[in-house]
Amino acid sequence: MDVSSHDVLLVGGGGAGLRAAIAAAEVNPQLSIAVVSKVYPMRSHTVSAEGGAAGVIKEDDSLDEHAYDSISGGDWLCDQDAVETFVKEAPQELLQLERWGCPWSREPNGHIAVRAFGGMKKRRTWFAADKTGFHMLHTLFQTSLRFDPITRYDEWFVTKLLVDEGRVQGVVAIELMSGRIQAITAKAVILCTGGCGRIFPFTTNANIKNGDGMALAYRAGAPLKDMEFVQYHPTGLPFTGILITEAARAEGGYMLNKDGYRYLQDYNLGKPQPKPVLRSMELGPRDRLSQAFVSEDQKGRTIQTPYGSIVHLDLRHLGEKVINTKLPFVRELCMKYQNIDPVKELIPVRPVVHYMMGGVSTDIDGATPLAGLYAAGEVACVSINGANRLGSNSLPECLVFGARAGKAAALFAAQQKAPNSSVLAQATDERKRLESQFLFKTRGRERISTIREGMQTTVEKCAGIYRDGASLAEGADTLRQLQERFADINLDDHNRTFNTELEAALELGFMLDVAESIVQCALHRTESRGAHQRTDFPARDDKRFLAHSIVCRNPDGSSRVELLPVKITRWAPGERVYGELSQTKERPEAVSTRKAG
Amino acid sequence: MRQEIVKAAPAYTEFHPRWYRAPVSVYWWLGQWRYLKFILRELSSLFVASFVVITLLQVRALRNGPEAYSRFQHWLQSPWVIALNFVSFLFVVFHTITWFNLAPRAMPIWVRGKRLPEFLVAAPNYAIWLVASVVIAWFVLR
Amino acid sequence: MIMADKIILEVARYSPEQDTKPCFATYEVPVHKEWVVLDALNYIKDKVDGSLTYRWSCRMGICGSCGMMVNGEPKLTCATFLSSYAHNGNKIRVEPLRYFPVVRDLVTELSDFLVKLKKVKPWLIRKDAVPLSQGEFLQTPEQLDYYKQFSMCINCTLCYSACPVVGLDPKFVGPAAIALAQRYNLDSRDQGAVERIAVLAHPEGIWGCTFVGECTKVCPKHVDPAGAIQQYKLNAVLDWLTSFVMPRGHNSQDVKS
Repeated sequence: MDVSSHDVLLVGGGGAGLRAAIAAAEVNPQLSIAVVSKVYPMRSHTVSAEGGAAGVIKEDDSLDEHAYDSISGGDWLCDQDAVETFVKEAPQELLQLERWGCPWSREPNGHIAVRAFGGMKKRRTWFAADKTGFHMLHTLFQTSLRFDPITRYDEWFVTKLLVDEGRVQGVVAIELMSGRIQAITAKAVILCTGGCGRIFPFTTNANIKNGDGMALAYRAGAPLKDMEFVQYHPTGLPFTGILITEAARAEGGYMLNKDGYRYLQDYNLGKPQPKPVLRSMELGPRDRLSQAFVSEDQKGRTIQTPYGSIVHLDLRHLGEKVINTKLPFVRELCMKYQNIDPVKELIPVRPVVHYMMGGVSTDIDGATPLAGLYAAGEVACVSINGANRLGSNSLPECLVFGARAGKAAALFAAQQKAPNSSVLAQATDERKRLESQFLFKTRGRERISTIREGMQTTVEKCAGIYRDGASLAEGADTLRQLQERFADINLDDHNRTFNTELEAALELGFMLDVAESIVQCALHRTESRGAHQRTDFPARDDKRFLAHSIVCRNPDGSSRVELLPVKITRWAPGERVYGELSQTKERPEAVSTRKAG
Repeated sequence: MRQEIVKAAPAYTEFHPRWYRAPVSVYWWLGQWRYLKFILRELSSLFVASFVVITLLQVRALRNGPEAYSRFQHWLQSPWVIALNFVSFLFVVFHTITWFNLAPRAMPIWVRGKRLPEFLVAAPNYAIWLVASVVIAWFVLR
Repeated sequence: MIMADKIILEVARYSPEQDTKPCFATYEVPVHKEWVVLDALNYIKDKVDGSLTYRWSCRMGICGSCGMMVNGEPKLTCATFLSSYAHNGNKIRVEPLRYFPVVRDLVTELSDFLVKLKKVKPWLIRKDAVPLSQGEFLQTPEQLDYYKQFSMCINCTLCYSACPVVGLDPKFVGPAAIALAQRYNLDSRDQGAVERIAVLAHPEGIWGCTFVGECTKVCPKHVDPAGAIQQYKLNAVLDWLTSFVMPRGHNSQDVKS
C-alpha cells in the first residue's frame, strides 16, 4: 500500500479549499499542505457563482446591519457569534482577494463598486461583472500556484476518512488517472467539498456536487447540522437547471405568472414599483419567492412545459444596453442553452435547488467535534446562514471560514505527532471493499442511473419546498429500499484507468447517506422556518425549535437527531418582514408584536 | 491477424497506464481549409521575395546602360517570367490583405477608454495603399 | 429542414488495459431540441454503456471540463447542440481533444498544460507590500477594460487543440498561458511584466507563435489569445529596443503599452 504524508490535507480545491490552503501556507510555511480534489481546482463549482460577494465597505453601511440582515434572513437560526465574526472579516477577505488580483468591478473613481442584492437592506455586494465566482476562483487558483508548500493531488477521489485514536489521520483516495488506491495521511483534514444539490432532480449544481464531504464526515462519526434546510433558487432554467442570477432581479426584472401578472404582490412582499426596491417584491428572500411559485402552481397559474411547470422572468423593459453591460452572462446563457434572447423574449424559470444551508457541524474556526477534522464553505454549517441563506453571503463565507479553518488546522497540525501506521490497515481494507463491492463485482442487477433517478424523484417529492410528516416518512422508507438496492449495483466498467463509473457509484452512495440525513432532520423539525416549510406545522416555534438539528450516525447505521440551541448574542428573534414594513424599521431590533403565520 | 497484434501487447502496467499519443502528420495543413489558407499566407512571403529580386535585377539593368536594360525587358516578356510575375502579384495582394486585416489584432488602439473597432485601424492602411497605387499608376501611364 | 429524431454518434474509445490505440464505437441517440452533445454522452453512459469515460461538470460553459473534438473541431460539448448536426443523416464524430495524450476514451492528460500555466507566473506581482488597512488599489473601469478580455479564460484547452504549433512542438507554451500572462501584464496593479518577459521572450514562448489565429476562432469565451500574443510580441520588441537606447537601471518599472 502506497502512502503519502502531509501536515494539512484539504479535500476539495474550490473557493474554500484554496483559501484554506493559502492560509495554512501563510501561517506556517514549514508545513506540507496537500489539496486533494476529484477535479482540477478551476473546475470546482465556485466557478459558476455569478451574483457577487457581500462585504461592508461603504460609509452608509455598518457591520451590525449586515449581521442583522443575515440573521433575520436566516429566520434567527444563525449562530450570532459566527455571524458577527463573519461580517467583520468578510470585507478584509474580499480586499485581500483584490490584492491578489481579483478584477472587482469599479466605480468611475476607481473604488470598488457595490450593488443591491436580495435580502440585503443596503448595497454591499461586491461583484466582478456577472462572473464573480469565476474570477474569485481563478484568482485564488493562480495565487495558490506561487506557494511551494502546497502540493496538489488533481483528480484524486477521496472515499473514506481514516480515523484512529479518536482523531482523523488522513484519507483513502483513488488516483483516477491510474486507478491506484492509496492512503494519504495528514495531521489535520479540512473538508471543502461543497454542497449536495445533485440529490435533487432540478438543481443549479454541477455534476460534482454530491455531498462527498458531508457523507465522509457522517460515516466517520462527525455530526451534521441543519440538513433539512435546502435552498431553492427561484429562477433556474427548466431543463438544464442553469441559474438565472438574482442580479437580473436586482437590476429590475419582473416575475410574471401565466396571466402576465407580477404575482409576488399577493404574498406579503410589498407592492410593485417601477424600480427595484431592496427587500421587496422580486428582491425579497429566495425562500419566499420559491414558496410563492409553489402556491401559484397549486392555483394553476403557472405555465406547463415538457420539463415541468414554469413562470416567466421579464427583462425586456431594461433595454439592450443595460442588459449587455450589467447582465451579459445572463443573455449569453439564455441564448446558448435555451435559444432565448432576454432582450426580446420572456425567460422560462422555476425554482431549482441551489445551496445547502446544512452540512458538517463546525465552530467558528471550522473545527468539528472529531479531532483533526475541519470543514469550511458550503459543506460546513457554522452556522451563518441559519434557515435561509442570503444571496452573496456564500462566497465570502468560503473565504472567511476557509481562512479560519486553514489557520486553525495549521496550528493544530503543528502540535500533533505523525499518524501511526495502524491506519494503513484501514486503508487496505477500504481498497479491498472498493474492489470487491464495485470494481470486480459482475453479478449485480442494478444500474447506477436507475437508483439515482429514484432517489432524486423521492427526495424532490418528500423533501421539496413544502413537506409533511406522512410523505417524509414514506420518503425515508423508499430511501432505505434504495440503499438496499444500491448494495446490488453492477458496473459496466471494470477498468482501473479513469473509472468514472466507479466514481459515480461512490458518489451515489454518498448522496444516499446525505439524503437520509435530510429526510430525518426534516421529519424531526415539526415547525416551519425559513427554507423548511411543513404544511402540517405551518408556524414557527421558537420555544422548541430555536435550535439546530444535529444528526449523527449510530453504530448500527441508523441515524439519531438531537437539538442544539442557537447562540443568540445581541438580536432577539423577531418577525421576518419584507416589503413596506421593512422600510419603516430604523434600528435592527426585535419587533414586539408577533403576527400569525 | 490484425486483432491479435492489437491485443498482444496491452499498453498498461499496473498503475502506470500508457497514454496514447496520436501522431501528427506532416500534411496536417491539408486537413482544414483554414490551415491551408495559413500556409499559403506564409508561402506568399517567397513570392514577395521574388518581386524584390526582380526589382533589384531591374535596377542593375538600368545601371548597366540601355542595352542591358532592353535585354532585361526582353527577358521580362518570356512566358515563364510573365507567369511567375502574375502568380507573385496574386500572392502579394493576398499577403497585403491578410496583413492589413491582422494588424489591428496586434495593435489595439484605445481612444477615451474604448477600443477602436478593427476595421477603423485597418482602413488607413488600405487608404494609403490606394492613394500610393493611384499616384504611381498616374506617373507610369501618362 | 426537418430535424431527425435520432442521430448516430461515433465515439472514440480507448482503454490502455485492453487497447494499443483508439477505435470508434457507434451509438444511436435520440435528438431533442435542447440536447447538446454532452446530453447524448450522458444518455449513452446511463442507459447503454457505463464504461464510456469523459469529463464534465457545470453544463454551462464556465468550468472548461467538457472540451472534445466534434466532427474535427474543438468544441465545448455542453454548448454544441445535437440539432445543428441532425440533418441529412449526418453523424457526429466525438474524439478527445487533439494534441494531448489520451488517458482513456475522451479524457486527455492535462498535467503538461498546468506546468505551462504555472511557468508564466500568472499571479499579481508587486514589489511593495501595501497593508490591507490602506484599502483597495484604485483601478478605473477603463483600466479594467484593458485586460478584462484576457481574464475570461476558462482553461478549457480548446485553443491548444486548434494550434498547429502545439501539435508540432509540444514544448510551445501555448495560447492560453500567454494570454493569461498578458492579462497580468496589462493589469494596472501588476509590476511583474519584466519577470514574465524573461520567461516568455523565447522560441518556445511568444516567438513560437506564427499567428495562425485558430486559437481565437475556437475560443468559447472570446478571449482572443492570438491578439494577446501578437500584442505581447510588440511589447517585447519595444522593450528590447528601449533597453538599447535607455539601458535599464536597478529599480526600473516595466514598459507597458
